Amino acid sequence: MKYIVEMENIRKSFPGVVACDEINFQVRKGEIHALLGENGAGKSTLMNVLFGLYQQDRGEIYLRGEKVNITNPNIANDLGIGMVHQHFKLVHNFTVTENIILGIEPVKALMVDTRSASSRIREISERYGLNVDPEAKIEDVSVGMQQRVEILKMLYRDAEILIFDEPTAVLTPQEVTELMKIMRGLIEEGKSIILITHKLKEIMAIADRCTVIRWGKVVGTVNVSDTNEEKLAEMMVGRKVLFDINKKEANPRGEVLRIESLSVLGSAGTHGLKNFSLRVKGGEIVGLAGVDGNGQAELVEAIIGLRRTDSGKIYLHGTDVTRLTTRQRINSGMAHIPDDRHKHGLILDYTVLENLILKNYYLEPYSRRGLINWDYVYTHAEQVIKDFDVRSGQGAEASARSLSGGNQQKAIVGREIDGNPDLLLAVQPTRGLDVGAIEYIHRRLLEQRDQGKAVFLISLELDEILDLSDRIAVIYNGELVGVVNAAETNENEIGLMMAGGRRGAVA
Amino acid sequence: MMVDLIYQLFPYAIAFTIPLLITSLGGLFSERSGVINIGLEGLMLMGMFVGAFVISSVEALYPTAAVWIGLLAAAVIVALFALLHAFACVTLNANQVISGIAINMIAGAVTVYLARFFTGSGNVQIIRGMPRITIAYLSDIPILGQLLFTHTYASTWLILLILALATFLLYKTRFGLRLRACGEQPHAADSAGVNVYLMRYMAVLISGACAGLGGATFIVTLSGEFNGTAAGLGFLALAALIFGQWKPWGILGATFFFGFATTVANVSQVIPVLAQIPGIYLKTFPYVVTLLALILSSKSSQAPKAIGEPYDKGKR
Repeated sequence: MKYIVEMENIRKSFPGVVACDEINFQVRKGEIHALLGENGAGKSTLMNVLFGLYQQDRGEIYLRGEKVNITNPNIANDLGIGMVHQHFKLVHNFTVTENIILGIEPVKALMVDTRSASSRIREISERYGLNVDPEAKIEDVSVGMQQRVEILKMLYRDAEILIFDEPTAVLTPQEVTELMKIMRGLIEEGKSIILITHKLKEIMAIADRCTVIRWGKVVGTVNVSDTNEEKLAEMMVGRKVLFDINKKEANPRGEVLRIESLSVLGSAGTHGLKNFSLRVKGGEIVGLAGVDGNGQAELVEAIIGLRRTDSGKIYLHGTDVTRLTTRQRINSGMAHIPDDRHKHGLILDYTVLENLILKNYYLEPYSRRGLINWDYVYTHAEQVIKDFDVRSGQGAEASARSLSGGNQQKAIVGREIDGNPDLLLAVQPTRGLDVGAIEYIHRRLLEQRDQGKAVFLISLELDEILDLSDRIAVIYNGELVGVVNAAETNENEIGLMMAGGRRGAVA
Repeated sequence: MMVDLIYQLFPYAIAFTIPLLITSLGGLFSERSGVINIGLEGLMLMGMFVGAFVISSVEALYPTAAVWIGLLAAAVIVALFALLHAFACVTLNANQVISGIAINMIAGAVTVYLARFFTGSGNVQIIRGMPRITIAYLSDIPILGQLLFTHTYASTWLILLILALATFLLYKTRFGLRLRACGEQPHAADSAGVNVYLMRYMAVLISGACAGLGGATFIVTLSGEFNGTAAGLGFLALAALIFGQWKPWGILGATFFFGFATTVANVSQVIPVLAQIPGIYLKTFPYVVTLLALILSSKSSQAPKAIGEPYDKGKR
């Protein structure tokens, strides 16, 4: 038996798009097989077909050489397929044990037998070095631990084929290393792993083979030992990709943003901000690194005026703006690219045109005597669309919803930069975008810097922070761990700081 | 004096608590599975009508069993009526609040229509209510015996038994674990092979049965007559559910608080100590306290996370 999983000529279409087009995909027993592709390339769809969440329109699936018909996730479970989803499927106020046994609870005298389940979970956890406490509640454990609970869930169900969907997106670099160790341990125990990712580094580090998908079609399957990052990127995007951003020396000027001992209460479940101080100068990009939920959202919302501060001050060009409204802050030179473009960046059912004037519709010349001057707004929108290369079916009249993610983001970036701000808050500006759009947005951010603007970049992608920033601030648990010069640090150091370690504590 | 007063009030307070408790418990099942049920008022009203109607129809034939037949019929029929809410919320993904309002409106209209149709007056009276009993031996326990086991209704003990069973069901059994998972994180339940739709249907069904039982219990113990309104009892049960933080024993505490406070307000005119306080303060007291409690507890609300969200498989 050569292949444990074979998917033959799989086709799956959704209204208007063919997500998988005659895909052939084989996994050998005992290998880590990476599935590489940009967002929307069809890799998740393919795996959802394998896991039974979707039905293929055409094509066949063979497991261990036998043809199977997987119509729902329960069948996939029974066949030994397990999946760790990108967004964990855990009940926050249940214990680890309760989460793992949900759906297949052992029962003794009418009652769920958590004790025997716990001891079995502890046993599996020790065998694979997962270090999970079966009695802990999910809401009390770290994201990395939650992921290990998801892994345990699969192992508890005796899964042989483990699918990981973008498993490293939420982890610190150290947790990523830990995860890779766990994956190798799983392989040694005879499991097979399919790793969905768009991160080339991880593939090079851990995968045996890699299948690249672009536009719903397989570009090719390669042995990782025979290839390199550049080649994989080229297969993924379909053209040469420039890895090094052409970055000039920074030329910092006067201070634009100063945050002094800022404390902000967090929403329930996340850390607030504690006594946070930071300066951002004109002509530099300051990156804020940190694991999700460590106070980034509170900081950004406090700066732009969406959240009340508890104590401390925020200065823009030396003027105290702590008590100003968001509109006043925008008018004094702040701009904000929010991390969730659907929730906070755009009104999806408005046209691009309307979305572009959300912040300044009431000002001259967009409005005159209280009425919107549509002629001017239209001309202006056309200009932004052209300048920022926003591609849409019906130009300015297209609804924001109909645009692709990359073009939606370009529209937001266009709107924010167009106001010629002194301070640009860019929160996860490239989340979920393909390589082409990422390159474009990175270029625009650098352009702002070179024009002497202050750019404050908040991102969960450490590579993005390292590539773009001149200085890097690290936040952990709502506190500033430290600020380092980008030129003098590396991923490892930042990673340790992201876990709360002070600079220099570990050599 | 004070002690005597409490001895006198206690049976009434309990009698008032019990219909609220069981209705609130019904709400608990529905909401822990993720379906808001503001239709409790309507379901309770339906229970009042079915209970009163069935009892008045059969009590000539079976004078002693009639109240029990009425309670059972109310539970079964209102459970079926609650299927409407489940169908709208679970199958059609309708807005759960609107569906609940619709349930309240339909119940109000249908019961009055049927009552007029059958009796001509719109009121349905029953002749014999639930008899009060004194439990042998237990009633001899000092203090507690007189408070709890003297002049008590059998239905009270049935409903307290249901409370214990419900707690066991929710926290100890497979069914309960799955039901709670559906209310917190339905995607987790679904990916673990739990049928979220089925669980929610069952929860709403149970909630209907409990609210129906609550309405009928009110008829057989306190009012003796269906008169076209549940007088806000269902909404009070809903408030108790929130006040009790979606937990069975919390609900017991909250409903008893309402029961006691309402009883005090009701009898205040005939008790000299209380008659000095203007009635409006006593009558509004439980509601004001509820508002305050809800405001204070809103920060640390234990509401099920997925409550109010129709389950959509595709959304992740």
